[in-house]
Amino acid sequence: MLNQWFPNVDWEKMWEATNETLYMTGISTLATFILGIILGLLLFLTAKGNLWQNYTINKVISAIVNIFRSIPFIILIVLLIPFTKLIFGTMIGENAALPALIIGSAPFYARMVEIGLREIDKGVIEAARSMGAKTSTIIWKVLIPESLPALVSGITVTAISLVSFTAMAGVIGAGGLGNLAYLEGFQRSRFDVTLMATIMVLVIVFIIQFIGDIITNKIDKR
Amino acid sequence: MISIKSVKKVFSTKQGKVTAVTDVNLDVKDGEIFGVIGYSGAGKSTLIRMLNGLELPSEGSVTVAGKQVSHIKGSKLREARQEISMIFQHFNLLWSRTVRENISFPLEIAGVPKQKRMKRVDELIQLVGLQGREDAYPAQLSGGQKQRVGIARALANNPKVLLCDEATSALDPQTTDQILELLVDINKRLGLTIVLITHEMHVIRKICHRVAVMEAGKIVEMGTVLEVFKNPQQPITKRFVQQVTEPEETKETIEHLLKEYHSGRVVQLTFIGDGAEKPLITNLIRHFDITINILQGKVSQTQNGAYGTLFIHLDGEENEIQKAIDYIDTQQVGLEVISNA
Repeated sequence: MLNQWFPNVDWEKMWEATNETLYMTGISTLATFILGIILGLLLFLTAKGNLWQNYTINKVISAIVNIFRSIPFIILIVLLIPFTKLIFGTMIGENAALPALIIGSAPFYARMVEIGLREIDKGVIEAARSMGAKTSTIIWKVLIPESLPALVSGITVTAISLVSFTAMAGVIGAGGLGNLAYLEGFQRSRFDVTLMATIMVLVIVFIIQFIGDIITNKIDKR
Repeated sequence: MISIKSVKKVFSTKQGKVTAVTDVNLDVKDGEIFGVIGYSGAGKSTLIRMLNGLELPSEGSVTVAGKQVSHIKGSKLREARQEISMIFQHFNLLWSRTVRENISFPLEIAGVPKQKRMKRVDELIQLVGLQGREDAYPAQLSGGQKQRVGIARALANNPKVLLCDEATSALDPQTTDQILELLVDINKRLGLTIVLITHEMHVIRKICHRVAVMEAGKIVEMGTVLEVFKNPQQPITKRFVQQVTEPEETKETIEHLLKEYHSGRVVQLTFIGDGAEKPLITNLIRHFDITINILQGKVSQTQNGAYGTLFIHLDGEENEIQKAIDYIDTQQVGLEVISNA
């Protein structure tokens, strides 16, 4: 029946493209999670009245985050071509999309991390300090666990936007479902291929949201 | 145990410099429960935060348990803080951790191995009476239970000093009393020195040995709780003392009664310590030919003894009343003639 509705879909290619999309989303989400938390923590800790209060560092990081958050993704990919070529030697294939995906989404996620951290009751940080906790202890045992639901729901949203970013990256040669939909679907006027690719993207997005919601509910004890 | 010498704290704000605490000298003895009372903005929060180095004084020095917390930094200050615990008005528990894990937190900071931590946490849960709630999360606890977790957590590393920052202000009166009793119990059992700040005289009366009254960043009055109750000097102290000794309606009641009585006198008796337990009224009736009408009375327990006030109306022959009053004067009782009817 599937072949009747989607006569032009090459299922092997579809699976391959799905795997490429999953690969790009997975790696870039993981890197964004780590990088975003580091940047978010720096933004939070160097802000006024916090443990590492430092006006200059705070403003510099904030400016970098704002700049990279504002560049439209499709332009960011083009801007990063020299950088990508330097690292991977090519600008084609799923790895080539990673720098742009990570640099495009980490600043966005960093802001979410910062917001999550600001929601933590100042009194709890004060209590940890009054017990003689080091800053590293406060980061690992207070800041991250206490903001974890916000960090997880934030990365869920970011991962979903990364799926659509990978599709955009696909159009300029990075592989994945976007690439398939564009080359096999649009350029060869095979509407059913584009539709199937879209359905696969939707399924991926639903699964990410579902997993994110389950984890957030499980760890939120407030 | 605690020594504060000519301490001053100035905050720089956009509106200029604000002096939060100035000219404070204070000594707290080992094993004492010391209270600081004042309205909000009096500087008591800043003062208590200087005792564990959460705030550093602009001038002067603070020494707690032999360590000059106002002048040490880094790991030395962090070590000192393990001996100076703090509990908070809003409990400040980690909501992501269970009761057991919250109490375990300061032990993790101190680097206690897991086996020992578990054992210590169980002891503390017993001590504060939280058996059966070990695996609950803070969100599932009542205010009183949360503060018990706060207390257990504060006691985990066997501190020498416990600082209480408005620890009962977010609790209802009954729970407040339970928490205060727990604090007294801990003070007696562990010999822990306790410093608390509050705006409720009830808290001071109930558990403190000595009290300092703060106004506009200064300590305006200090003494044993009984002394301050018996003989408040400053207007602000008098207002605080009235919170506990005189119910709101007292004044109205007395005024109303004065209109009713056309003879005799209304007197206010103040009983302190042992005096509060003697049968004064019986003696008066037996020895003098007068009638006594008790208008209103109240006895309050403090940590240094009982304190009571009694309003009575004496009626009879003028010279008999005078003799009775002279007799009261010879007893250990404070006397104030409110009116001659």
